[in-house]
Amino acid sequence: MILVWLILIPLVGGVVAGFVGSRNVSACRWISLVALALDAALAIGMISQHLGGFQYESSKVWFEEFRASWIPVLGISVHLGLDGLSSLMVLLTLFLGIIGVGASWSEIQERAGFFHFNFLWIIAGVLGVFLALDLFLFFFFWEIMLVPMYFLIGIWGHENRQYAAVKFFIFTQASGLLMLLSILALVFVHRAGTGTLTFDYSELLGTQMLPAVATWIMLGFFIAFTVKLPAFPFHPWLPDAHTEAPTAGSIVLAGILLKTGAYGLLRFTVPLFPEAARSFAPVAMTLGVIGIIYAALMAFSQSDLKRLVAYTSVSHMGFVLLGIYSFNEFALQGVVMQMICHGLSAGAQFMLVGALYERIHTRDMGKMGGLWTTAPAFGVAGMFFAMASLGLPGLGNFIAEFLILVGSFQASVPATTIAALGLVGATVYSLWFMRGAFFGPNERGWTIVDLNARELVLIAAFVIGLVWLGVYPQPVLNAVAPVVQSLEKMTQPVTAALLRS
Amino acid sequence: MLDLLWLIPALPLAGFLVLLFAGEKLGKSGVAWVGAGSVGISALIAGLLKWTFLTSPPEGHHFTQALWTWLDVGAFKPEIALYLDPLSLVMTLVVTGVGFLIHLYSVGYMHDDEDYSRFFACMNLFVFAMLILVLADNLLLLYVGWEGVGLCSYLLIGFWYKDPANCKAAQKAFIVTRVGDTAMALGFFLLVTQLGTLQVQDLLERAATRWEPGSGMALATALLLLGGAVGKSGQLPLQTWLPDAMAGPTPVSALIHAATMVTAGVYLIARTYVIYTLAPAAMAAVAVVGALTLLIAGLAAFAQSDIKRVLAYSTISQIGYMFLALGVGAWSAAMFHFMTHAFFKALLFLAAGSVIYALHHEQNIFKMGGIRKQLPLTYRTFLIGASSLAAIPFITSGFYSKDAILYQAFTSEHGHFLLWLAGALGALMTSAYTFRMVFIAFFGEPKTHVHHKPGWVMNFPLLALAFLSTVGGFIELPHFMGHAQFFADFMAPSFAHAAGHAAEAHHGAGLEIGLMVVAMALGLGGIAAAYVLFLAKPEIIEEKMKSEGNRKLHAFLFSGLGFDKLYDTLFVNPYCWIARVNKRDIVDLGYSFLAAVGMLVHFLLGLTVTGRVRWYAAGIAAGCLILMSVMVFT
Repeated sequence: MILVWLILIPLVGGVVAGFVGSRNVSACRWISLVALALDAALAIGMISQHLGGFQYESSKVWFEEFRASWIPVLGISVHLGLDGLSSLMVLLTLFLGIIGVGASWSEIQERAGFFHFNFLWIIAGVLGVFLALDLFLFFFFWEIMLVPMYFLIGIWGHENRQYAAVKFFIFTQASGLLMLLSILALVFVHRAGTGTLTFDYSELLGTQMLPAVATWIMLGFFIAFTVKLPAFPFHPWLPDAHTEAPTAGSIVLAGILLKTGAYGLLRFTVPLFPEAARSFAPVAMTLGVIGIIYAALMAFSQSDLKRLVAYTSVSHMGFVLLGIYSFNEFALQGVVMQMICHGLSAGAQFMLVGALYERIHTRDMGKMGGLWTTAPAFGVAGMFFAMASLGLPGLGNFIAEFLILVGSFQASVPATTIAALGLVGATVYSLWFMRGAFFGPNERGWTIVDLNARELVLIAAFVIGLVWLGVYPQPVLNAVAPVVQSLEKMTQPVTAALLRS
Repeated sequence: MLDLLWLIPALPLAGFLVLLFAGEKLGKSGVAWVGAGSVGISALIAGLLKWTFLTSPPEGHHFTQALWTWLDVGAFKPEIALYLDPLSLVMTLVVTGVGFLIHLYSVGYMHDDEDYSRFFACMNLFVFAMLILVLADNLLLLYVGWEGVGLCSYLLIGFWYKDPANCKAAQKAFIVTRVGDTAMALGFFLLVTQLGTLQVQDLLERAATRWEPGSGMALATALLLLGGAVGKSGQLPLQTWLPDAMAGPTPVSALIHAATMVTAGVYLIARTYVIYTLAPAAMAAVAVVGALTLLIAGLAAFAQSDIKRVLAYSTISQIGYMFLALGVGAWSAAMFHFMTHAFFKALLFLAAGSVIYALHHEQNIFKMGGIRKQLPLTYRTFLIGASSLAAIPFITSGFYSKDAILYQAFTSEHGHFLLWLAGALGALMTSAYTFRMVFIAFFGEPKTHVHHKPGWVMNFPLLALAFLSTVGGFIELPHFMGHAQFFADFMAPSFAHAAGHAAEAHHGAGLEIGLMVVAMALGLGGIAAAYVLFLAKPEIIEEKMKSEGNRKLHAFLFSGLGFDKLYDTLFVNPYCWIARVNKRDIVDLGYSFLAAVGMLVHFLLGLTVTGRVRWYAAGIAAGCLILMSVMVFT
């Protein structure tokens, strides 16, 4: 039941905040903050019971489970479940949700009620995505998070917001349609084999089907999730959506929404179709590697700070794709680390850029430079997250990329070698970011207010998170170890079979 | 006593944090006390540990202090642990000792800078990262320090960030070294995959038992690690960043780009020496890289007019000697030269800094002149450093360390006559360009007025380093000169697996003396040549420079033999070009095209909505006709 509460609290909180917002803007901010904090407290309380120590019951796959009938005729139920992977994603979502409310505190002045309604519904939708264990329910939540995001970009975005919002919507809708078709195909294939109509994840696992059929259905899921991730060549919606979205929108977009794509690959694409995924690995890894390099180059070519950070996201998600399809413990552990650490580092970068935009009303690096002098705390924070982004050892992102590359090295040496060049590319764009905004002469004579107390608190939260994940990532690794090991096992027999044939 | 080890890196880290959060409130003297004091106490503790190692060495001559388990994935379990053995102890002593002197010097040198606390914060962070690098028990932790010093190097080269040229130099340093680091990271992946660990001692043991000498794996690993080493240590082909790195404040050049960070590559190879002994081809590569680099950098040093760039090229060249030593298996000679080089090169940079300070940021040696009389103490200390760099026989430390390398380049089983020849020619060039600098900058007529004289905080480090540059060599004397081997004996436990030390004894004293005499003659000849060309008869050079060919040659040497231009053409410009033309993202154009097609179809279909019933009726009729024909004909 507690899982239902996790989703309900932001839903209800959103409605309340929406109604209050028209009369009292400040109250609506506080309501949103309290709702998310309450949700986070609930989640932490529950998850810490299971992840408190290093060891926990390995016999149970799900820490918590909830099942209620919904549309029994079609075999659809409200089935929620929480394991190590979803625990971490839930915590990340709520953390960035709270940050997002904080980051919008002074930015969002118009229609604040409706803004917070949308924002909380996105959070609820994402939580649902991370918890759903019924494919129909999953699809339901998948759609729930898109519509409010569309409004968020379309209403509170920057100059070119309509174009970006429509583009975002079309990309995700089209890929969502593919996923729906794949879900239906899978359900019908399952019924043809077993005679039961069900959308339940645990029953659909291990469905027997012809390899060709499996490949096609898998492709539907794969495309839906890689559009979201996004992977090359499905990424063009992201720079526009990121750039035009308000700060909180960019934070949740980069921090959480992209992670639903990675989560989908880990939770559905690979476990439901292990053999098809295995034989598809070379293609997926290639796309991942191209994404890493291409997006690193694209990030360097941007002059708009938000576009730059958006492309770095694409590059980092390339590592995720590469890691998932390496199918070993190192790489998969690295993938989960990367999902969390990128959520923090990119979220923080968007927050900084948003805070900068509030002060100087431009995102164009051509109009900046030398801001370190006038806002040193800004500069230090920018430096920190630029270093996180380029994978400086000691911060979480390094552990993530290191593990992914160690894992992928065992799967493919050429792919890893090229992907490693992405580390050089990341250096180039990160330094370009610092040079453009903070170093060099202050030609325009900017004098801006340095980070205020609210912003410093939010930034500090990010910094602590990344340092902690960099020097002591073991709790995260422990939390996902069972999930990762079962994924690894799932894909292993296939290798043996391939070797035999 | 040994349990204090963790404090050595922790103190500079604490200093960094204090300066980061409270630097502005501390005031200048507070900043100076925190910045220099934290490193000073670290140096004292390092000294205590050295004493412990000498009086009551721990079992096996090494000591590990495990702090916590960093990661635990599968069987791979790197720890946050510090490892102290003679090799890391010597590095630690140099980093903290020379580091402290340079911090002290900076108290005076940077006094009038508005970003005083930022400077010391970065310096402390650097010392912390460098100590992590040398004390790391595993290569993953070493990598933390490795990239950390890279970051600090970037921050300090670009310390005066308002000048775009400084930013450019800083970026170049970071990116070029990162290229090498990426190769090194691939080496780590290989090691984890093949040997399942990055813990250095386990690694060396497993490599020795699992890999055959000459095996492909050992070779691949050794070359990948070498990639990282040449990047960090400014060796061929990644040496181009180091001369530009002189854009940073002079104490930075002394600490990071002369004494400590740039020798990290030497340390890395020495640390993983077993892998290199398993791959003779990689050893040869190291030696050749060193030999070529020392020659190329020596040539480039001749054409420089900026005192710091001369010193930068000489640093590249001297590290070339260390690589040469590593490549012929002269592990402890490499570390010995590292140590003496840290003393005399830090001294040279700091003395040069005093000149620059006194002349109000004048770095061009042709605009100096006659400083000998105006700054006598600076002149004398600089001369001591220059003599050590030029390896003036018997009285300088540089002589003993360089002699050890040259001797082994010839006699070691991995040695070769050509390697020795390169080293000997390098000795000639070194003394010539060094004394070119001395004669031009310190002799002749004064050309720039001395603004202010350095105080004791700047002079004391000079004296201390001058002392070390002189006596530092006496702990390791050639065989025929009493055969003192304090340094090599102390280092021996760190290189226990290395064979070949015994082989030296077979050569008689005659060969040793012969080689030494040749090197000495070349070195002194270089000074004589410099005296003639740059002090006694400068008109010879002036005459030569009149010809077009010689001027082109000069420009070629001045540019560091054209490497920058080559890399710009091959890598930088194409990358920037693609970035520029593809700014709009060609992939997005594909989707835009799709959208445009959609709009076109929309428009065309829109044309059919005419509102005339006649049209619609005709359309319906045509549709029916087509449907019927399809049914009839199939």
